Amino acid sequence: MIETKKLVKRFGLKTILRGVDFSVQPGEFVALLGPNGAGKTTFLRILASLSRPSLGSVKVAGYSLPHESAQVRAKLGVVSHMPLLYPDLTAEENLQFYARMYGITNYQSRITEVLQMVGLEPRRKDLVRTFSRGMQQRLAIGRAVIHDPEVMLFDEPYTGLDQDASEMLDDVLRSVAAKGRTVVMTSHDLARAEDLATRFDILSRGVIAASATQNELQSTNLLAFYKQSIN
Amino acid sequence: MSPSPSFFKATMAIVYKDLAAELRSRELLSAMLVFSMLVILIFNFALELDIKVRQSVTAGVLWTTFAFAGTLGLNRSMAVEKDRGCMDGLLLAPVDRSAIFFGKAISNLAFMLIVEAIVLPLYALLYNEVRIFQLSFLGVILLGSIGYIAVGTLLSAMSVQTRTRDVLLPILLFPVAVPVLLASVKASGGLLNGATFAEILTPLNLLIVYDVIFIAVAFMVFDFVVEE
Amino acid sequence: MQSKPIALTILDIISIIVLGVAAYLALVFAPTELVMGNVQRVFYFHVGTAWVGLLGFVVAAIAGIAYLVTKDMRWDRFEVAAVEVSTMFFFITIVLGSIWARPAWNTWWTWDPRLTTAAVTELIYIAYFMLRQGIEDPEKRARFGAVYTLLGGLSAPITFMVIRLFRTIHPVVIGSQSAEAQGGFSMTSDMKVAFFFALFAFTVIFIDLMWRRIRLGSLQEKVEELKLNISM
Repeated sequence: MIETKKLVKRFGLKTILRGVDFSVQPGEFVALLGPNGAGKTTFLRILASLSRPSLGSVKVAGYSLPHESAQVRAKLGVVSHMPLLYPDLTAEENLQFYARMYGITNYQSRITEVLQMVGLEPRRKDLVRTFSRGMQQRLAIGRAVIHDPEVMLFDEPYTGLDQDASEMLDDVLRSVAAKGRTVVMTSHDLARAEDLATRFDILSRGVIAASATQNELQSTNLLAFYKQSIN
Repeated sequence: MSPSPSFFKATMAIVYKDLAAELRSRELLSAMLVFSMLVILIFNFALELDIKVRQSVTAGVLWTTFAFAGTLGLNRSMAVEKDRGCMDGLLLAPVDRSAIFFGKAISNLAFMLIVEAIVLPLYALLYNEVRIFQLSFLGVILLGSIGYIAVGTLLSAMSVQTRTRDVLLPILLFPVAVPVLLASVKASGGLLNGATFAEILTPLNLLIVYDVIFIAVAFMVFDFVVEE
Repeated sequence: MQSKPIALTILDIISIIVLGVAAYLALVFAPTELVMGNVQRVFYFHVGTAWVGLLGFVVAAIAGIAYLVTKDMRWDRFEVAAVEVSTMFFFITIVLGSIWARPAWNTWWTWDPRLTTAAVTELIYIAYFMLRQGIEDPEKRARFGAVYTLLGGLSAPITFMVIRLFRTIHPVVIGSQSAEAQGGFSMTSDMKVAFFFALFAFTVIFIDLMWRRIRLGSLQEKVEELKLNISM
């Protein structure tokens, strides 16, 4: 579903990613872990077609980047730590806007469906600026799945959420966003990543330093694996 | 699987979204309007706008006001996209990126025209300047606004991505927009002083040339401005 | 270590020589103009610097397009060099022009199309540097710089045409004739020698400075690279 080969990204003289080989099978939920500055966000932005790779090949959902980026974007849903919502529009209007941007016809029923899934149906006519951070993040998930994408990318979705909100987001991520989709998530929160993901890849110093599936990990815990891979 | 929307539909979705949000908050329009009135007030005393002076400076005063108010609106309109990461949301949509340029440019133009539609009658009222309400004068205002907004939208997409974003836009925009502002002043000033259509044809032509060139260039280079 | 190429050293020497010769031709060789006297001698360097200033502006816009097409950072260094060198020459042009305008037009400055366009161009250059200063990522800096030189290159000629309109209706201090008419003169053949040699001399100096600036740019990048290697 996702495949990168020898992916290199430079910002000027700084090389952020130095030859990342990474692949995700359909239906997998991969947690991308790593210290700050390892290039996780940059990597995700490249997968999302927001950033151009300097070298190497990237394929998402059968299309290669950056040349077929419009096709990739049609099959892609992104949730970042910013909600990507307009505070002066209602929840419904925000979703309407994104539905139009994705060329969905008859979006009214789809919007109701999505709002119900993320548990915001009663607040559909309320301005997003009145929403709590957690609610905004749930609506952001609704926004990301409005066009029923095949691949989901989560970039630190828990940033700025308290315990309750994080738990609620967990539910929504699991039941709405991840269900039947291929997912790549970056996170600092090892406990939550351990809960959600089926595979763990460690990105360190611009390369994938280690990778393990949930089954392989059963004997050791994720924290030990993480520490060992970084050093 | 959803199909990609047409270029036109995506453009209009952005315009509709901007107008709906602005209709609710009125942050941008009220700032532009109040600012315009203040500029005119200052000009009134700074230039002592009596009837003789007005003869020659009305067009200049109006265009200066619109240009200043315009940068305010352009800055704000792009900052809204940048601040909460909404620009990423737009860039993630499966449409050609120049649709984003046209969407933002059309809503910026709409804001500018709304401000002009309020400021011009007010100016006419304050100074008993009924010649403002001739069709050719309003046509010049429209052409000038189009050129100014086309370059301004492109440059505001650049300036919001810099460290010095708030101060940078007018510095980038004004020297490049000199032709559009001066040609507009020339043409509209001529009309106010009773020039015939043939007499203002040259500035009008230059205005149209500028509009066409800069819309085309902005269309071509917008991708370079938003990519990473 | 990259040592200075011999060709560059030779060009440096040639530049100094042609500058000296151009100065001799302008100040001594060319006959004194009858009406304006010695101040007219400023004209040779004025046109010479204006020519390379303009050349640099066009070169920068072309380099900008080339960068956007190829994404090769060498074009970016080329563009910066052209803008920097031509900013300096344009500034000299304006100063020399003022010195000449004072006795010829009886004013240091007039809003003549040429002068105004030169001033606006200078402002575009300054805005260009401010834009670049505000961006960390070198690639983005290059892209935005290229887009801006392109916009500047397109608007400057239209600025010139637009300001001409103002002059036909609003005569400036120098009367209704064109700027050239007041203080205009026809060149004798000796003047032409000095004039064309000045054009040639400044073209050589322009190339020399461009070369040096581009070299400086790549050395700067090397330094950055070395610093980065140490910190790794």
